[in-house]
Amino acid sequence: MTITLAHYLAVSGIVFGIGVAIALSKRNVVAVLMGVELMLNASNLAFLAFSRFSGAFQPGTEPLAGHTFVVFVLTVAAAEAAVALAMAVLIYRRRETVDLDRISVLRW
Amino acid sequence: MSGWELVHHIGPSIALFVGAGIVLSADMLLPRGRAPLVMLTLLTLVVAGGWALWHANTGTSGPAFEGAVVMDRFALFFIFLLVSATAAVTVASTEWAQELDLKGEYYALLLVAAGAMSLLAQGNDLILIFIALETTSIVQYVLVGVTRKDRSAEAGIKYLISGAVAAGLMIYGFAFLFGTTGATSLDGIATFVQSGPEDARLPLTLGFVLVAAGFGFKMAIVPFHGWAPDVYQGGPTPVISFLSVASKAGGFAIALRLFYNGLGGGDTFISEDWAIMFGVFAVASMLFGNLGALVQTDARRLLGYSSIAQAGNVAIGLAAVAAGTTLGPSGVMFFLGTYVATNLGAFFAVIAISERIGSYEIKDYAGVFKRAPILAGVLMLCLLSLTGIPPTAGFIAKLYVFNGAVQAGEEWLVAVVAIAVVNTAISAFYYLSWVRTMALDDPEEETSIRTTGPMQAMLGLAATGVLFFGLVPAPLISAAQRAAEALSVPLS
Repeated sequence: MTITLAHYLAVSGIVFGIGVAIALSKRNVVAVLMGVELMLNASNLAFLAFSRFSGAFQPGTEPLAGHTFVVFVLTVAAAEAAVALAMAVLIYRRRETVDLDRISVLRW
Repeated sequence: MSGWELVHHIGPSIALFVGAGIVLSADMLLPRGRAPLVMLTLLTLVVAGGWALWHANTGTSGPAFEGAVVMDRFALFFIFLLVSATAAVTVASTEWAQELDLKGEYYALLLVAAGAMSLLAQGNDLILIFIALETTSIVQYVLVGVTRKDRSAEAGIKYLISGAVAAGLMIYGFAFLFGTTGATSLDGIATFVQSGPEDARLPLTLGFVLVAAGFGFKMAIVPFHGWAPDVYQGGPTPVISFLSVASKAGGFAIALRLFYNGLGGGDTFISEDWAIMFGVFAVASMLFGNLGALVQTDARRLLGYSSIAQAGNVAIGLAAVAAGTTLGPSGVMFFLGTYVATNLGAFFAVIAISERIGSYEIKDYAGVFKRAPILAGVLMLCLLSLTGIPPTAGFIAKLYVFNGAVQAGEEWLVAVVAIAVVNTAISAFYYLSWVRTMALDDPEEETSIRTTGPMQAMLGLAATGVLFFGLVPAPLISAAQRAAEALSVPLS
């Protein structure tokens, strides 16, 4: 059996779905962030698969754009996680919890 | 292109980023409290604005960096808008920032956010758009949590969680746009879409719906609005005043660029698909925002719901795609221009009044008109403009956007406009009942309310803007139209 673009996209779609489900259902800040990481990595997989297999590229277009995109997504994800964890620590120091349902002085 | 030409091309953004570095270093190196942070920030903004003016006068220079950024009238319009909004917020927040531990960081982050959004307005490639958008978002998460107080931190983390999910959806959409069209540059995407391959409709639709999630988060349109009321209520008010106008302008700028340039304004096989999507978002935002605002008692939370409803009004302009006219996009730009003056004015007045009366509850605004006629007058003017009552700028803006939608000649757009008109009537309830509380109710105490000089100047400027664009809208309209023409330049 040859592995084609469809297989990669299926895996990427499943991982993305799991990520969205976690991000929307979990109430712990850290768990939500893990869900978001899954979403981003599913996109990375899709980018790489498209870059390698897609027949859509016009002559002269560099398919390497997909690889480049992945590097930037990874970088941004790291920056976002750093800020998120710093804020989670700040909240934890004040409230002793990072549960989104209990961080609710403001009505959600 | 030589090195200097490349620098010149993204000059305003570079000036803002360098300025942010200078502000941070000055705060670190000079003795505490001695660094002229406000002056440095304003100087940076003047340099960035001047650089944009230089571009405007010498003629704009098209694409650079392999087509990743373009400097056209469209980008310049938004750079001017963002730089003036940032300058107004900087001046108005000087008093508040005095008590902040992280003064240097606050001003530097404002500049970074403005710089990233200027770059966003110039973005012409998915990679650059992604980076600029995320830089803006991450900086704004930190800004919302900048006081490190309980509520500010809570608002910050809620903003961050919604933003991270929206970014995840958006990047998956980018992956599908890239995979289907085989290009990351908007020109490449446009070339593909214009060749009209019907079998690519499904993946393209999936792509642009997910991308709209990321942009919709920045604009605060339903269903990506969840953060707005909480963040507006919990975040530091000066930061929120910045976020409410700049983030919205940035989101709409890039949505216009991607959808009108990349996916084709009115003359491609999928333009009606995404026009209907934005029409649905617009209706949902107006209904949700206005009905939510009806029951609010907190001034900031009310403005949060109001900003969702206003985003719905602007989104009508996005939906009004029609081949060969620029009425839709120029309506979006004109509306945003007047919205900057109106919403900043409303927020500044709320800051000035609430600082002194010590409450954000609307019932405590009773009789404010007797205690501070000018402050309350500016707030009333801005609320009338948000409702859309002549002779304010908000009236002309709504008229322009609604007219553009009707002119586009689609029956469903006429229905959307009808719903928008009904919504304007609903919004009059809460805006005008706030005005009535201020003007007619009796105050609990009679002492007059005073505010600082810089704040007065900014309030005066905002009120002038609201009245000027209401009475003499022609200059801003022609600027918006010329900017919109840059969007629909035929591909070479």
